[in-house]
Amino acid sequence: MNEQIQLDFYKIIKTLKISEKEIQLKKSFLKKFIENGFPNRKQEDWKFLDISQIIKKNIGELSFFNDYSLPNKIDPSIFVDGLEHNKIIFINGRIEKIDFSYEDQSQIEINDEIGKNIKFDYENSLIDLNNAFTNKVYKILVKKNYSLKKPLIIYHSTNNKIKSKNVNLSLNFELEENSHLRLIDYFNDNTGKNFVNILYNFNLKKYSILKNYKLDKFRNNNLKYSFNNIEQDDNSISETFILSAGSDYFKNEVNCNLNGEFSSAFINGILSLNENQQHEIRSTINHQVENTKSYQLIKSVLGKNSKSAYQGRIFVNSKAQKTDGYQLSKAILLDETSEFNAKPELEIYADDVKCSHGSASGSLNENSIFYLMSRGLNYQQSKELLINGFLLDVVEKITDSEIKNLIKNIVGLKE
Amino acid sequence: MDTREKDIEKLKDYKYGFTTDIENIKAPKGLNEDVIKFISNIKKEPQWMLDFRLKAYKRLKLLKEPNWQKPKYPKIDYQDLYYYSAPKSMKDKPKSLDELDPKLLETYKKLGIPLQEQARLNGIAVDAVFDSVSVATTFKGELTKHGIIFCSMSEAIQKHPDLVKKYLGTVIPVTDHFFATLNSAVFTDGSFVYIPEGVKCPMELSTYFRINASQTGQFERTLIIADKGSYVSYLEGCTAPMRDENQLHAANVELIALDDAEIKYSTVQNWYPGDENGKGGIYNFVTKRGLCKGKNSKISWTQVETGSAITWKYPSCILKGDNSIGEFYSIAITNNHQKADTGTKMIHLGKNTKSKIISKGISAGFSDMTYRGLVDINSKAKNSSNYTQCDSLLMGNKCGAHTVPYIKNKNFDSNIAHEATTSKISEAQLHYCQQRGLNPEEAVGLIVNGFCKEVLQQLPMEFAVEAQKLVGISLEGSVG
Repeated sequence: MNEQIQLDFYKIIKTLKISEKEIQLKKSFLKKFIENGFPNRKQEDWKFLDISQIIKKNIGELSFFNDYSLPNKIDPSIFVDGLEHNKIIFINGRIEKIDFSYEDQSQIEINDEIGKNIKFDYENSLIDLNNAFTNKVYKILVKKNYSLKKPLIIYHSTNNKIKSKNVNLSLNFELEENSHLRLIDYFNDNTGKNFVNILYNFNLKKYSILKNYKLDKFRNNNLKYSFNNIEQDDNSISETFILSAGSDYFKNEVNCNLNGEFSSAFINGILSLNENQQHEIRSTINHQVENTKSYQLIKSVLGKNSKSAYQGRIFVNSKAQKTDGYQLSKAILLDETSEFNAKPELEIYADDVKCSHGSASGSLNENSIFYLMSRGLNYQQSKELLINGFLLDVVEKITDSEIKNLIKNIVGLKE
Repeated sequence: MDTREKDIEKLKDYKYGFTTDIENIKAPKGLNEDVIKFISNIKKEPQWMLDFRLKAYKRLKLLKEPNWQKPKYPKIDYQDLYYYSAPKSMKDKPKSLDELDPKLLETYKKLGIPLQEQARLNGIAVDAVFDSVSVATTFKGELTKHGIIFCSMSEAIQKHPDLVKKYLGTVIPVTDHFFATLNSAVFTDGSFVYIPEGVKCPMELSTYFRINASQTGQFERTLIIADKGSYVSYLEGCTAPMRDENQLHAANVELIALDDAEIKYSTVQNWYPGDENGKGGIYNFVTKRGLCKGKNSKISWTQVETGSAITWKYPSCILKGDNSIGEFYSIAITNNHQKADTGTKMIHLGKNTKSKIISKGISAGFSDMTYRGLVDINSKAKNSSNYTQCDSLLMGNKCGAHTVPYIKNKNFDSNIAHEATTSKISEAQLHYCQQRGLNPEEAVGLIVNGFCKEVLQQLPMEFAVEAQKLVGISLEGSVG
């Protein structure tokens, strides 16, 4: 792989118009990635689902070259109906369009950020890979006191022009004081057997609100990895909702630093898996100061040959008194070949805190099925109704009613 | 010259040139094949036992010391340790209680330990009238009547080689992790218990009744076998603070329960935790594992961990037999600069297996405390269930409490439920107790005892009362 990756790297560098300094920076990330390779099960964070093995098994050798100087055609059929929205369109990892036509243009700034790589603590070679290969990094800044009128949908799409087996993309967001952004990640894959690596960095200033919904619904055999780093200032709120159901492999990682008082973070997730799917959600919430709050609810429904994992970590600094932290993970195993893994972790250094976690897994309750069948439903209907109720619980946590309805439609949940 | 001295005489000429003196036989410092042969030789072990040790040593050379645990410690130089040293002679031991640390005596008083026992615990030559040997002999007679074997590991290797050979290393194989393998290579002594078929052991077995229990040293090895339909309850350790000059303790405990058998293993650990500034103290790195080999068998671990500078242990159950049950009840208290990383592993392999984990952790002062556990339900373990509850109590913001549970469910018929909370003692509760005339320390003691009640209830009567007092004493100085 190492030869291939270097070869592809220099080919890409040639097509990009970037400075020598940026090239050097990219080279250093590539070097770091080659040293460490893909993460594997020997690393604690990758214990349950070993990405290096999964890539080997599902894709084989990766290749990295795409000509990012050539534009791709945008297929309008992928757009979400019934919801007016702003758009950012990625095709094969290249930004094709940024469209904020519903907004006051003076309130949003879009800057080319390449070369200014964000700095945060991580031990993750996939972030190095991302930094080495992303062709363009934009920073989207929402100005003070501005709330976007319409949600922003980021389309992640691939088409048959794709040459590489690996796509890296990255975006930075900054929400200034008292601003508000609703962000939907919408995955639409027309090609398979690709490894998609996404890195977002959010900087939330005082009183700002971020709502991020990640919707991976359509069945495809791509492998995906997404990392969200969220820095939060006083009184800011972040809400992350993850629907993880489409890809063969999807690991969503959320790292949230609650740096300001009265800031809060919410993470809700649905993993609805079937046939050979392996998905994971890993969250780290760092409560750094007093009076911060976090809430996590993750539910899995696991069909034949599927595997889900949840690794949640709540860290409470010794200064972070009056922390309120909660995490709950539940799983329904539908088949004897399904598997659920969890590691809900608490690391607490302050005494005046309220932290708890719970985890439960098992099969559908036979008594409930019996109850429904005795009222005239057949076995399949009863099962579906119970699963529907189980998952609806998570969707109901969404605070934005417009998007809640959209997601209910996408997931096919009835009230 | 008695026989022991004769042995030593012989060893003087040992070709590897080990120094021997009558007062204190020591293998030379360091860990190598010769030292292992020396240990085996001095204990007159048969060839198969030596082979077992050497096999472990061979494996040990390939292993690295684990480093994933939370409490870090300075690197141990394994070549700088003595792996065999005969017990101290009477000359080095204190002559009377007056020579002991007054702090230690005060603790004894609080725990209500009788004078003779205090003396025994510190190895003071005890007046013949009060000698516990006679008590022990009475018990031994009773046990023999039922066919129960309860002796030291060395004795078992000599007298019951078949049993030892059959079961030793079956639960903790020589190929296990670093410390377990180290123990397999160099273990010196420990307890051996065999309960024959259908026998309910008439009394709580305790290391207390085994003569020379104080001489087991730092690498203890215990093997308990409960044959079909039998029952035994085993107590390890005691509430009194124990001091030891060895810093590293790496014991191995193996339990085997055959069809319908039940083993209850209770531990109260109160080794020297180091002083208030975290200097000194014992490293307690113990491997404890039970195998529910037969159908309907049950293994239950209860532990009260208050001592040691670092406690790092996970008493585990492998639920292999159908319908077998594993239980784990734990109280771990850390104060000052103590550190603990403890929990359990429940590995469900058989059908209809059940396990229950109740863990209570209390940390105070500058201490750090981690619950780390694994519940693994195998795809063949149909209709199994687990319930886990781990609660932590924090006192002050200089200490830490962590929970790291691993949950693996590979069977859709099975249920796993896990709950954990972390909190502090509420001001309202404290106020209520103080209003009724308790001083703050007593109030904390009372509340903590309530917090630990579920676990304390599991302890045998003899232990429970003392353990309750111990809980209070361990937290002294942490309030206010």
